[in-house]
Amino acid sequence: MNFDFSDAQKALKQQTRDFLRAACDTTVPRRVLEDTDEPFARDLWGQICANESPGIAIPEEYGGIGFGYLELCVVAEEMGRAIAPVPFSSTVYLAAEAILQGGSDEQKKRLLPRLASGESIGTFALSEGPGQATVANLQAALSDGRLSGTKMPVPDGDVADLCVVVARDGDGASLAVVDLAAEGVSREPVDTLDPSRSHARITFDGVEAELLGEAGEGWAIKDAVFNRAAVLFAMEQLGGADACLQMAIGYAKGRYAFGRPIGSFQAIKHKLADMYIKNELARANCYYGAWALSTDAAELPVAAAAARVAATQAFHFASKENIQTHGGIGFTWESDCHLYYRRSKLLALSIGSERVWKDRLISGLERQEAA
Amino acid sequence: MDFNDTPEQAAYRAKVRAWLSANAEPRKDRPSVSRRLDAEEGLALAKAWQARKADAGYACRHWPAAHGGQDRPMIETIIYDQEEANFDVPTGFFSIGLGMCGPVMAQYATQEQQARFIPPLIRGEEVWCQLFSEPAAGSDVAGLRTRCHRDGDDWVVNGQKVWTSGAHYSDWGILVARHDSSLPKHKGLTFFFIDMKSPGIDIKPIKQINGGSNFNEVFFTNVRVPDSQRLGAIGEGWQVAITTLMNERLAVGDAPPPDFREVMKLAAACELDGRSALEDPSVRERIADWYVESMGMKHTKARTMTALSQGKVPGPENSIGKVVSASKLQNVSSFGADLMDMGGVITDPSLMPSSALFQQSYLYSPGLRIAGGTDEILRNIIAERVLGLPGEIRVDRDVPYSDIPTGN
Repeated sequence: MNFDFSDAQKALKQQTRDFLRAACDTTVPRRVLEDTDEPFARDLWGQICANESPGIAIPEEYGGIGFGYLELCVVAEEMGRAIAPVPFSSTVYLAAEAILQGGSDEQKKRLLPRLASGESIGTFALSEGPGQATVANLQAALSDGRLSGTKMPVPDGDVADLCVVVARDGDGASLAVVDLAAEGVSREPVDTLDPSRSHARITFDGVEAELLGEAGEGWAIKDAVFNRAAVLFAMEQLGGADACLQMAIGYAKGRYAFGRPIGSFQAIKHKLADMYIKNELARANCYYGAWALSTDAAELPVAAAAARVAATQAFHFASKENIQTHGGIGFTWESDCHLYYRRSKLLALSIGSERVWKDRLISGLERQEAA
Repeated sequence: MDFNDTPEQAAYRAKVRAWLSANAEPRKDRPSVSRRLDAEEGLALAKAWQARKADAGYACRHWPAAHGGQDRPMIETIIYDQEEANFDVPTGFFSIGLGMCGPVMAQYATQEQQARFIPPLIRGEEVWCQLFSEPAAGSDVAGLRTRCHRDGDDWVVNGQKVWTSGAHYSDWGILVARHDSSLPKHKGLTFFFIDMKSPGIDIKPIKQINGGSNFNEVFFTNVRVPDSQRLGAIGEGWQVAITTLMNERLAVGDAPPPDFREVMKLAAACELDGRSALEDPSVRERIADWYVESMGMKHTKARTMTALSQGKVPGPENSIGKVVSASKLQNVSSFGADLMDMGGVITDPSLMPSSALFQQSYLYSPGLRIAGGTDEILRNIIAERVLGLPGEIRVDRDVPYSDIPTGN
């Protein structure tokens, strides 16, 4: 039994944390949040790419550094802690994973090096607006290698170079890679709950699209990609939840009311103890998910869903109760509380809501039972 | 990360599993053997089981050899406990003795006393209980009122204890009493171990809301305890008690079933609006919540085991265990009964799924949220010791005990 990260992985985590503490304190996501002309922190993204972080789990033969998924997980936790306003998750957890899962060797060799180096920003487009996307209700469609339809919100869709699109293809769905500079693509930013991470509405009008994986297999590949991404998003959520807990503890120790620190009142203590409990439950589920991801274990679908559900719950609870612990100041624009509150909802919905993941969890358990 | 045992651990696990298979029945979907029998029958079975375990070398392996253990790593005890949990064996009677009384004797009793008392404790020949809580001192146990005064070579004890698990079948007990009411409450306490058959001890079972009687009131009327049975110095009783309570949280442990597995199985068998209840989205969501909690605790334990197997001190994450598992048990039980709709109120095991496990646990679970530290006290502990938040303001700490106001 060794349910822990290795010393080298822990060192990578500390190194990433130290780097982000210096390069991405909360003034950075706040800057992106407030500045409509800056869709992401280009300077920070440049540094992250210089550190080769996007290629951390991408095999060397495809231009990455081929460390592995446990290494990517520790980096993801720190990205979440720092609420880093960069296109890391879209490029790495979604676009690169989709190509790794669905692409041919030729596609991997052609497309992945650019993502691994950060030369290109990648993203993934499924949602077409409010409501859960299903094979049956997809409007975006592929026909004769051309894609038409509208996707929104697409994370980093306004700045990405490459987009993997889930589109209707006959009776089923297929994945297609689209060059967002191609003719027929029009895109505009769309306002979201968390403007520190930009999103877009992209309209494809007969755009040239390249099939990723077999025709009609798109939905299954999407599910496989989301299972993997779920662990990585959960790690980010875990980092964010821990940041909220630390912020709330700091405030509760220093803020005095009725002649004593508010952290000495049980109403606050128990709230923060509950935050800790949810965070630890999430951490344990996330680590298990990380293990399943790194070993491609048969347990991955259930482990990923459990990590995703636990981390979504933890970050949601921690970010809302962090505001509550701060009281009135926590509701102001100038306080950093809302940066986490916004990010927690954004991440909670990024690859499907908690409700959807709970259903995937139980379906996975049913399959395990049946097997 | 690697979830496999080391070759040495795997060999030990295989050995344990083989021994258990040869000596016990696998656990079934029903209340455990000690909950199906009355206390007397259960105790006789449990004593026999503990002796077999001890003979086979599986009791207290991690204790020092000087105290009757085998100096083996803690991980072997954990592996044994994990494997034993899959079998329907009578447990619970010795958890207080082994979890709390043994360690306190090992730390504070004389060599001769240790040689006399620890081996029969390990073999289950003598049962121990813990006499701390009182009617007016629950979470605030340092506020206890039971008095003791010196008389020659003895101490004389008067007062009342409550919530004493197993007092009626215990041979020995550990006791905290107040020797000086003029001192502040934490300073006027002294700690003893006592013979539960001493004259002047009167034991009355408490009937719980589930109808069972796992606990007692214990009354002391001029009970004489030799000074040689004092553990720690006069006035050091609180420090000794704290050592014991630290061990209690490990001793009380996790909730028994039902858990998500049992609800899932039940839901698959129950009909709701004309289809399997397991197809109902609201049912699936609830089960997912419990799965996440259950696995969260399982994997948290794996983190603890990792630290232990590497010879490191585990982190504070284990402190969440009972808070999570006790409430989960209560919620799962209630939900299980709901799934049976109007019939869910029936408690006759012969008529009910899982032999009325859900109904039984519904009535049993409130106790688990209180025993061994209430949910509230445990949250205080997490907040203060893990998160570093300031301690409670204590208005009674530095005043003589006799001046502290008392309510009901």
